[in-house]
Amino acid sequence: MKAKPLVTDGNEAAARVAYAVNEVIAIYPITPASPMGELCDAWASQGQSNLWGIVPEVIEMQSEGGAAGALHGALQTGALATTFTASQGLLLMIPNMYKIAGELTPAVIHVAARSVATHALSIFGDHSDVMATRATGWAMLASNTVQEAHDFAMIAQAATLASRVPFLHFFDGFRTSHELNRFVPLDDDEMRAMLPAEAMHDHVARAMHPDRPVLRGSAQNPDVFFQAREAINPFYDDLATTVAQTMERFGDLTGRNYQPFEYMGSPNATRVLVLMGSGAGASELAVEHLVAQGEDVGLLKVRLYRPFSVSHMLAVLPASTRRIAVLDRTKEPGSIGEPLYMDVVTALAQSWTRTYGASVELPLVVGGRYGLSSKEFTPSMVAAVFRELSTPDPKHGFTVGIRDDISHLSLAWNEGDIPEDSDTFNAVFFGLGSDGTVGANKSTTKIVGENTQKYAQGYFVYDSKKSGSMTVSHLRFSADPIRETYQVQSAQFVACHQFQLLERMAVLDVAQMGSTFLLNSPYGPDEVWDHLPATVQRHILQKELKFWVIDATTVAREAGLGRRINTVMQACFFILARMLPADEALQKIRESIQKTYGRRGEVVVARNLAAVDQSQAAVLRVDTAGREVRGDQLPELAIANAPDFVRRVTAQILAGHGDQLPVSAFPPDGTFPTGTAKWEKRSIAPEIPIWDAEVCIECALCALVCPHAAIRTKAYEGDALADAPAGFPSRTSRAKEFSAERMTVQVAPDDCTGCGVCVDVCPAIRKDNVSRKAINMEPTGDHLERERINFETFLALPELERLDVSVGTIKGSQVLEPLFEFSGACAGCGETPYLKLLSQLFGDRLVIANATGCSSIYGGNLPTTPWSVNADGRGPTWNNSLFEDNAEFGLGMRLALDQRAARARQFVTDAKEGVSDDQRTRLGMGVLANEQDVQQRRADVADLLKQVGPDHTLLLEGLLPASVWIVGGDGWAYDIGFGGLDHVMASGRNVNILVLDTEVYSNTGGQASKATPLGAVAKFAAGGKAIGKKDLGMIAMAYGNVFVAQIAMGANPKQTVQTFMQAESYEGPSLIIAYSPCIAHGIDMSTSSTHTKDAVKSGYWPLFHFDPRVPASNGKGPFRLDSRAPQLAYRDFAMKEGRFAMLERSDPEASRRLMAQAQEEILQRWHLYEQMAAVDRGQGQETSS
Amino acid sequence: MIDLSVRYLGLELRNPLIASASPLTRSIDNLRELERHGIGAVVLPSLFEEQIEHEEMAIEDLHWYGRESSAEALDYRPPLPSSSGSSQQYLDLIWEAKNALKVPVIASLNGTSVGGWLKYAQAMADAGADAIELNVYLVPTDFTITGAEIESRIVDLVLAVRGSISIPLSVKVGASFSSVANMMFRLVSAGADGLVLFNRFLQPDIDLENLKVDPKVTLSNSDEIRLPLRWIGILRREITASLAATSGVHSVDDAVKLLLVGADAVMMTSALLKHGPAHVAKVRRDLEDWLVDHEYESVAQMRGSMCQAHYGDPLAFERANYMNALVSYQGPHV
Repeated sequence: MKAKPLVTDGNEAAARVAYAVNEVIAIYPITPASPMGELCDAWASQGQSNLWGIVPEVIEMQSEGGAAGALHGALQTGALATTFTASQGLLLMIPNMYKIAGELTPAVIHVAARSVATHALSIFGDHSDVMATRATGWAMLASNTVQEAHDFAMIAQAATLASRVPFLHFFDGFRTSHELNRFVPLDDDEMRAMLPAEAMHDHVARAMHPDRPVLRGSAQNPDVFFQAREAINPFYDDLATTVAQTMERFGDLTGRNYQPFEYMGSPNATRVLVLMGSGAGASELAVEHLVAQGEDVGLLKVRLYRPFSVSHMLAVLPASTRRIAVLDRTKEPGSIGEPLYMDVVTALAQSWTRTYGASVELPLVVGGRYGLSSKEFTPSMVAAVFRELSTPDPKHGFTVGIRDDISHLSLAWNEGDIPEDSDTFNAVFFGLGSDGTVGANKSTTKIVGENTQKYAQGYFVYDSKKSGSMTVSHLRFSADPIRETYQVQSAQFVACHQFQLLERMAVLDVAQMGSTFLLNSPYGPDEVWDHLPATVQRHILQKELKFWVIDATTVAREAGLGRRINTVMQACFFILARMLPADEALQKIRESIQKTYGRRGEVVVARNLAAVDQSQAAVLRVDTAGREVRGDQLPELAIANAPDFVRRVTAQILAGHGDQLPVSAFPPDGTFPTGTAKWEKRSIAPEIPIWDAEVCIECALCALVCPHAAIRTKAYEGDALADAPAGFPSRTSRAKEFSAERMTVQVAPDDCTGCGVCVDVCPAIRKDNVSRKAINMEPTGDHLERERINFETFLALPELERLDVSVGTIKGSQVLEPLFEFSGACAGCGETPYLKLLSQLFGDRLVIANATGCSSIYGGNLPTTPWSVNADGRGPTWNNSLFEDNAEFGLGMRLALDQRAARARQFVTDAKEGVSDDQRTRLGMGVLANEQDVQQRRADVADLLKQVGPDHTLLLEGLLPASVWIVGGDGWAYDIGFGGLDHVMASGRNVNILVLDTEVYSNTGGQASKATPLGAVAKFAAGGKAIGKKDLGMIAMAYGNVFVAQIAMGANPKQTVQTFMQAESYEGPSLIIAYSPCIAHGIDMSTSSTHTKDAVKSGYWPLFHFDPRVPASNGKGPFRLDSRAPQLAYRDFAMKEGRFAMLERSDPEASRRLMAQAQEEILQRWHLYEQMAAVDRGQGQETSS
Repeated sequence: MIDLSVRYLGLELRNPLIASASPLTRSIDNLRELERHGIGAVVLPSLFEEQIEHEEMAIEDLHWYGRESSAEALDYRPPLPSSSGSSQQYLDLIWEAKNALKVPVIASLNGTSVGGWLKYAQAMADAGADAIELNVYLVPTDFTITGAEIESRIVDLVLAVRGSISIPLSVKVGASFSSVANMMFRLVSAGADGLVLFNRFLQPDIDLENLKVDPKVTLSNSDEIRLPLRWIGILRREITASLAATSGVHSVDDAVKLLLVGADAVMMTSALLKHGPAHVAKVRRDLEDWLVDHEYESVAQMRGSMCQAHYGDPLAFERANYMNALVSYQGPHV
């Protein structure tokens, strides 16, 4: 009997096999492959065993390079071992891949194929990563579906053991790795039956062991290397046959039949499409459609890409083939064609005539590209390719899916050419990340796919914001397997889970005639119409939609579920979609709730069940008869006043029309203007902070800690308010850090995320009501219009002269213009306040090397960037190279700037006239110690330019201030980039390194790093981290000439500001380790800043700085402690965080042990620091006798 | 040989001293010490309705926080293990306490409303608790709800718990009822095998430095026994269910007074928190001495000998006593 079908995504489907058939699993996070490692780690921590009854060793490494090294070692010593990766991670494995294959070592790497970063990083899917490994000697097997990701994981494992050649098993990132689809899982017996016992024995027999010593990994000379390399050939000669046989055996066992190459379509096809990967789904649908219309077309799916078996290919390619289009999901600039194309051409050139004789014409082959970075690939695009093949002279090197108005290589397509299958039920859901929409839809997909005879598919699209992100869920249900590997184009059911999204997204474009539209609306069926945007009204009437509303927010709140409307909306879907009888559907939801929430407790279950019951009565039909579309009154958008590029390109992307932008819209080298986040008005905060001028004490903490630069302070003279609208709040300033008569604290109402951190830190309390502070969260709706006007007024107020401000103070820094604003970081993010501060202190001269991670995503993910410019056009210039090389990248910038400075200085030295001696001296200075020096330098260069002429502008730019900051997270600094970081610190060069330490890999979802503390539960440390955090500061201090500081803004903002000033002024390497609360910590992010106080108070995060400039004298040295001895039990701090509390729940014994150990280590570390701070450097003789 | 044994909730206790629910009874080591020093029974710390609900919802929130918002991070934490938190830990504590002790182990459930959390009553019984003490700690702040409604709600709660378990049930309440005697009678009628009198309500204080309400714990003193003393004295007349006195029992004198008016058992918290488990041995020894000195053979013999029904002047427990006390007060300013 076949196992009951499951619904999972491709990652889980593959990981289930990988976990079962391996003993050592080396992991490292990288999107979109991370979930495979996470699942394996979670299973191992739960004690789940593999096929042999043993819990596999799952170990996180410091990089993919490290994972590959550990894999190599484990394989060489007789384990069955695997790893999971993608993109740049796979590239880091390449050196070891050559070794593993060269030593004929059976292994499988599972890859969720992803774009390799070029002009930009992309987390989405294509084959550029796997194609970069095709010379390593690994066999390459491509899965096209979730079922195949499961099956081929097994086939690859069996084939590698049988052949000794390692296998790279890959499937498309996101499209397959993250698509939920129904599949039949292999049971343990089937997996065991697939594994060749003898080959497994042989693998161990070849393993290194001192009882059977061998030498492997020798070095060879010209006399023998070549021959020895050729000795491997027979293993590849038989490999395709071995794979074919393995697939056959798999088919006998499971009834699911595969071949190295598979053909489908007309048996007499003249036009054939060749491709591999998930695009096969869309292609199959197109071919079936066209064949049904009488066209002679076919599809050749490549399963086994390496070794490329010409005979297997020709065996299935119809002899009638006259024209072939080979589609590659990668780009190889400068080549004759992309790799798969080249292989097909070569295969035909080698063997067509030999097979069919000269009388059968060699088919014409053209190559094309599609689907880079998960670009949609639809049956209609496939039709366009077949159309192109019918033209007299088909284009080679074409693209499909984009509009190329530069090279004119793109094929035109009509999206309606091949409609969606009308027997499939399609549903699209628009929601916010925070409302549980995706979770509900995943649950729905599972309910239908696992509990009914129907097939179910779920695919989920997220935007790139970490706060207020929007999600679109695409669900399909059908009696037949679902092969649509593209988003829903025409839906019978559309739901909008957030009313405000109606304004922001074209929600009903996808609705088909007569479909059902469900809206979560605060307005009932009688009032809702007048609140709808005109476009929505038009769609409803023109498409005759069945329109339903529910006030899900109220139903959920009353059921005690807070803002989570998932269960309510899910119930409504089942009631309205009528895929199942309503009673049966609701019963299934109830069962699903029991199953999903049962382990989390009765209360949660009861509340969700109540929500289901209440939903039935609360979902109401809207009578649209006699309704009319109201006149369009499009509000004037601020973006209309934006710079040209923003209007032409950015605005289109923001409006969701990025797919329609042609090639010409884009810079060819990935260069974009900064200062664009301000044009993206997201208006996502339900509540915003409102200032009470009367109570304010001007501490500026609210502005300092604001993660989004959405609370600002400005100081100005009284007459600046002459044109201000009445009621613009202002108060007399008493600050000593600048000279100004008045000041204002102002919210940017459309840019605030409503995180509440500003209110939480505000120390000023009303005398007559202790619940009110100088800044209070208020409903946005009550204040939006007023605050918009106030913010505009605020922006128009003049900025203070930087020279008139005491920059290195909290208040001083906060009246300076932030040049990092409105990022899409999480609400309450602990990283961004540091970057904003950096931009206020030195923004006009910042050169930033940014490691990949959260900061590179909220800093540089299109459509906009928070990095901004001041009125002079100056501002941070920013680049992201890689994850692993950021310190080196920044050092390179320093070296280049120094070279440019040297060239310019040479020019100044050589200049016979036009330069005064004073100027010569000043321009010779290497370090600009303060704001005055900076401004003087700019004036001197400007003067000099006047003398020598504008031709020298770029040359003399070398003398202008530029401060290099190397920014990244702990994953980079402690793990993957540590070697480089160490080297750069050792270089002695003048760079500033800012480590935003969230103590996990935040961007990829909270995997443990070496910065993760003892006892914290994180992904890849599901059982609680067993080793303490690395003391990076101590390591850096060992050099003696590195400025090192550990800071925590929420605990000691003054020390934070001073540290930035000291680091920047130090003419050598500086390292700042900044405590950065993160949503992965499991804390209430509105208290992220104040919570930091406890981190410091408990001694968990001691504050210190080590300034090599401070001479060792008077019993004091360069090391200073900036916080007090631990005053709070570590446990009292830790148990307020989910990451620690989780272990207390799951394994109280381990938690108590680790907490005690951590407490001990904190005290020891403090003791050590105290000794260092008191080191009596000059007077050490006293104890010598 | 003096017989100290009593029956409480149908359980045989070697003496009437019970360690009531407190942080002290949270650890197995302390429980062992209490037993070693002669305690008659122990009540484990309360599992709170709010604690159960809050924890479940907090974990639910943690589960959802940041989830399914970003393509790179579908969530931020590994899946939660199935063992569930403090409620499971509490059940484990019952299990361990039962294995470690010979004296009866009473579990305590603290809440105010009928709801999903009540399933833990059954779970506590399954885990081996000898009895359950239902602690109804209620601060009614709704201006629209009458005393009668609140009383009905409490009675319903007792009925619900009674219906879900077959082991003995005691109910611990405060004394703030308009008609204490009637209410206690109703609780017994609803199925309580015993009453624990009375809850000490911790009253809020204010931290003047931080202008925060501070719910700090203050320990009891011996004067506080007078409230249970009065009501046990009165209730003993009509109520045959077990009566336990709690609040203010520090010394043997306190204990004896309560036993005299009819308590089946006396509970100690503050004294044990203050002096540690060894204090039990002292009070037990003193009790024995007191009985010897006063020529009693057993606790049973003296128990209730001064309840209102047996006391010559029944009015002593009532209003007249108050008048007498005030009239006869003498002090430096009077």
